[in-house]
Amino acid sequence: MMDILNALVVLANFVMIPAVAYGSQLALGALGVTLVYGVLRFSNFAHGDTMAFGTMVVILVTWWFQSMGISFGPLPTALLALPFGIAATAVLVIGSDRMVYRFYRQTKSEPVVFLIVSLGVMFVLNGLVRFIIGPNDQSFSDGERFIIKVGDFKKMTGLDEGLAIKTTQGITVVTAIVVVAALFWFLNKTRTGKSMRAFSDNEDLALLSGINPERVVFYTWLIVAALATIAGTLYGLDKSFKPFVYFQLLLPIFAAAIVGGLGNPLGAIAGGFVIAFSEVTITYAWKKVITYVVPETWAPDGLVQLLSTEYKFAVSFMILVIVLLIKPTGLFKGKSL
Amino acid sequence: MSDTQKTYALFALVAVLILGTGFVQSWNTALFILNMGLISAIMSLGVNLQWGIAGLLNVGIMGFVALGGLATVLVSMEPVPDAWEAGGPRILMGLAVGTISIVALVLSYTKLPKGWVRAIGTIVVAVIGFYVTRSVLDPAVQAVEGVNPALTGYLGGLGLPVLISWPVGGLFAAAAAWVIGKTALGLRSDYLAIATLGISEIIIAVLKNEDWMTRGVKNVIGIPRPVPYEVDLQADPSFVERATSFGLDPMTASTIYVKLGYAVLFAIVLIVLLWLSQMALKSPWGRMMRAIRDNETAARAMGKNVTARHLQVFILGSAICGIAGAMMTTMDSQLTPSSYQPLRFTFLIWVMVIVGGSGNNLGSILGGFLVWFLWVQVEPLGAALMDIITSPMAEDSALRDHLVKSAAYMRLLTMGIFLLVMLRFSPKGLIPEK
Repeated sequence: MMDILNALVVLANFVMIPAVAYGSQLALGALGVTLVYGVLRFSNFAHGDTMAFGTMVVILVTWWFQSMGISFGPLPTALLALPFGIAATAVLVIGSDRMVYRFYRQTKSEPVVFLIVSLGVMFVLNGLVRFIIGPNDQSFSDGERFIIKVGDFKKMTGLDEGLAIKTTQGITVVTAIVVVAALFWFLNKTRTGKSMRAFSDNEDLALLSGINPERVVFYTWLIVAALATIAGTLYGLDKSFKPFVYFQLLLPIFAAAIVGGLGNPLGAIAGGFVIAFSEVTITYAWKKVITYVVPETWAPDGLVQLLSTEYKFAVSFMILVIVLLIKPTGLFKGKSL
Repeated sequence: MSDTQKTYALFALVAVLILGTGFVQSWNTALFILNMGLISAIMSLGVNLQWGIAGLLNVGIMGFVALGGLATVLVSMEPVPDAWEAGGPRILMGLAVGTISIVALVLSYTKLPKGWVRAIGTIVVAVIGFYVTRSVLDPAVQAVEGVNPALTGYLGGLGLPVLISWPVGGLFAAAAAWVIGKTALGLRSDYLAIATLGISEIIIAVLKNEDWMTRGVKNVIGIPRPVPYEVDLQADPSFVERATSFGLDPMTASTIYVKLGYAVLFAIVLIVLLWLSQMALKSPWGRMMRAIRDNETAARAMGKNVTARHLQVFILGSAICGIAGAMMTTMDSQLTPSSYQPLRFTFLIWVMVIVGGSGNNLGSILGGFLVWFLWVQVEPLGAALMDIITSPMAEDSALRDHLVKSAAYMRLLTMGIFLLVMLRFSPKGLIPEK
């Protein structure tokens, strides 16, 4: 009995909790991608770098706050800096829409042209972020590090295995729930949200019923900026900030959005967790868990790790390929094909 | 000015730029730009085939280029006998088992009746195949990587002449393209983009981590060269004599000679590929490809197998990228997996194709040279500009220090703006499609 409990604790500590946190971050990122896809109808390759830009602003403001001695008690100061990051990112994406994307919208260009344009925006953002903050790792997490520490948990329960929940993991999940709830309330209850959904479902019909497309686009970018900044900041708090890593996040984020069904917000959330859980479980070394569960003589010799962590991109890619082969519209019905 | 004159003028401009670099900076830099320009031109020729002529979005050029590099190592390095003895045959067996299990997986998915039988059957085959492959492969991999890891720790290659690796690189890239094309072509264009982006990241991850094949991040150095070594030239009395008769010291003369040798080889490949692409473009096949690009539905209605044609052109374009990748690794004479950066090897090639003129082979070649020239030269220019901007600031100001250090990233910004401006005001590129 104790062994099974111990196994569960190990499982929770190394698989469940990290995967839930990572899944929330991916879900927020995928929501941004899926909204752009639904309303503006293109795959935004600049999304990873938009996240990097937002996080960069948050980091700079955090440093400024820290230098002035402002802190948020046990919580990371970055949460206080979040509104500034969102505002700056909103200015950036709406500016890029005015200067770049709007022209192609007016000329009714093909989605693939938008995609290439977003590559150009990605280049610019890449340069901008590296120019301002440099290409290196930045750590900006402060405040209390753990909600539950390994030692305290062991004392509390008397088990051999400890469980730790990092503050950043707790914040990630809570923030993600709040943000997603707010987003769905906005999409389903407010006038603007409804017009966004109408526009996404059927552009012509929406235009006929008097919805102002520029207004819809404006609000979409606003929400995307907020989602990207929050997702990026949470990821940076949980792990660390490095511009190139944010670029690489594009792959799991797109995989999440496609797996869930591009253009479907609910699907993006589900997709984020599917990708995160598969990545973590496939790259986790199961030896410890198995040793607790099976009789002693069966204990495995190796690490029982399916793939080394360097191949975590391969996992999201595999899932993407499987979904593309079996159900190209995604798990939830997206607006694809 | 007619179109042809404009084309000549633009190519003359590139020639002037490179020659100017030779006179102002050094001939070594100029030849370096020329050589990498030739390789970039080949890559953008391949991407132009996919995007310009068929309208396929390949965002994984880096992966195909890296596969070319892998081919160079596998073909031209000397085999390591100790490592082969330690686990070579077993690794081959493991790879064979892996291939068989993938075939079994595909068969079980396609042949089993739809529904639960298929789902469970496929999963069982996948799990068994995975474990059997790993159990055969893992001990052998450990044994091979344990053989003198500081110097070898890998199986080495076949020890064949390095030039053979160029077509082999193309074959490797073609095989990868076939797999991606089979899954993602026929679906929406964005999916191909994501799939290629994914496969290129995976290829780089494999090169970095499969030490038994590529030595991973320890890099393979000293890949044999198709041209003579500088040291040998400097030791050759007749070469030294000729160099001095040109008024050059033997050191500079030997590096220039070697680079010129590469330039000739690359130019031959480029001209052959350009001729082939031009012929393909003018042939009925090329007309059909453009017809498909311009109106897929109409082409399908005319009885053209769109997906099969897409697969064909996707494989061809990727193979060209693979050839270019093998050429690049040959010139560097080393394989450094960590040097493959998507911005440099995927997105920069895109800038080349778009700026040069998608759909026009000459245009993409021009773009290759021009954008590569800018990519190399914007860095010193940016640094110089930054020096001027920051000169009024105090010597020890932190901002000045930061700005000067960050000047290197100016080129990302410049390329992005360049691409956006071209897309907006001249979307057909410098030499538009006819």
